[in-house]
Amino acid sequence: MIIFDRVSKRYANGREALNNVSFNVHNGEMVFLTGRSGAGKSTVLKLIALLERPTRGNVLVNGRNTHTLRPRHIPAFRRHIGVVFQDHKLLPDRPVFDNVALPLAVAATPLREIDKRVRAALDQVGLLGKERLLPLELSVGEQQRVGIARAVVSKPALLIADEPTGNLDPDLSREVMRLFRRFQDVGVTVVVATHDLQLVHEFGQRVLALEAGQLLGGAADTLPSVVATR
Amino acid sequence: MSLAVSGSRHLQALLGSLGRLSRSPLATLLTLLVIALALALPAALRLLVTNAQAATGNFANAIELSVYLKTDVPLAKGKQLAAAAQQRADVAQVQLISAEQGLEDFRRYSGFGDALAALKENPLPNMLHVRPRPEYASSAALEALRHYFTAWPEVDLVEVDSQWVMRFNAILDVLRQLLLIAAALLGAGVLAVVGNTIRLEIAGRRAEIEVTKLVGGSNSFVRRPFLYTGVLYGLGGALLAWGIVALAIAVLGESVANLARLYGSRYVLTGPSLEEVGVLLGAGVVLGWLGAWLSATRHLRSIEPRG
Repeated sequence: MIIFDRVSKRYANGREALNNVSFNVHNGEMVFLTGRSGAGKSTVLKLIALLERPTRGNVLVNGRNTHTLRPRHIPAFRRHIGVVFQDHKLLPDRPVFDNVALPLAVAATPLREIDKRVRAALDQVGLLGKERLLPLELSVGEQQRVGIARAVVSKPALLIADEPTGNLDPDLSREVMRLFRRFQDVGVTVVVATHDLQLVHEFGQRVLALEAGQLLGGAADTLPSVVATR
Repeated sequence: MSLAVSGSRHLQALLGSLGRLSRSPLATLLTLLVIALALALPAALRLLVTNAQAATGNFANAIELSVYLKTDVPLAKGKQLAAAAQQRADVAQVQLISAEQGLEDFRRYSGFGDALAALKENPLPNMLHVRPRPEYASSAALEALRHYFTAWPEVDLVEVDSQWVMRFNAILDVLRQLLLIAAALLGAGVLAVVGNTIRLEIAGRRAEIEVTKLVGGSNSFVRRPFLYTGVLYGLGGALLAWGIVALAIAVLGESVANLARLYGSRYVLTGPSLEEVGVLLGAGVVLGWLGAWLSATRHLRSIEPRG
């Protein structure tokens, strides 16, 4: 599902965020991306969602090389990825329903279908019945779950989350992680960046540990042959 | 995307734009007013020209060239010349007035009948009354026609009656060109006003645009509501301009009718025709759309989501 092949990323300000990082994430796998702030977790996710492009190396997502993707194809590419942010990036002046419906609206989904799927997504995160509330009328944990509902409403094959539990207490964090695992159970590939090592331990999934822009441990060994032989 | 789905998308974007405009009524009204004034000015100028033309509509028919033939040119030759002139595209009618008829008319209408009886021979030449077609009533066209006749060896003198009508038509020509220039300048003004308004709105909705792009919204999807906003501004401004013009005509109507009465005319000020209203509204829509498109295309490109 995701292949990083000797990827380096240097930002315009000269900061080297990633240095020769290679790993892969299989279809239907759930992976934790760990490391301290500034280790490069967010950069990895941005490269996956095509918010940034690699300086060197190749990033393949769902069989597509993000390097060769034309700008006009980026919107369609992003519709196949659900993204959850630490600050959830909800639109404060729109009710929960509109926020969750946004990915469907941009994909020109029929209105009746939107109604059905938004309710289904809100049901999955336990927020059915709060469609008409504004995000600020919800608790922090609920807001984060609205963000998750928005990320999964279009049934993406890949779900990526950047510190989704950063603002939540341990109980809520565990709840959110369980939610992610439930999506993995139905076949969604999930990548969660977090610095909460205890939580990572608890859930016992594969871990990609980053430090100062490099991957620790033997994750690189799992490179698939397609990349290794190039 | 099916037609019905894309239709409902557009409807949604349109309603969304309407909703946003109605949420800040004062700012919207001010913008509309600026656009309306910019559109009303050329519209009013246009009405001035059409009204001036209509009020003096019979002038074009009053234009006549009197072509005096030399006295030694016989009537038969005059007939030939009249037939030749009649063939021209810019000539509506040619009337040959023989020297005898001219004398007869003079005797009847001048009151010098008795004095004329003292003349031994007719001093008048044969002449042609040439009436140009109304569409050739401009000073340039009349000048061309005059040149045509003066070039004939049989012609002694060409008089263009009503020189002042030509001058008047020339003034109308100037006004028409002024109208074009004013329309172009003020149209550019509408583009700038709409473009700037859209730019501010884009800046105010930056977060929303970022999130929309983040979840896969294409540039055209993000741009659509702004285009509708632009069209609504243009259409609203044009409707308001129509109202302003109609109001001006209602206010001026009475005094113009008075003025016309003093000149012995029953002329009344006419408002814009259905076609002219159509052009006004169409211009508003097109300018609003174009201003929004230029602004949105330029400013949306720079907004890309950051994680």
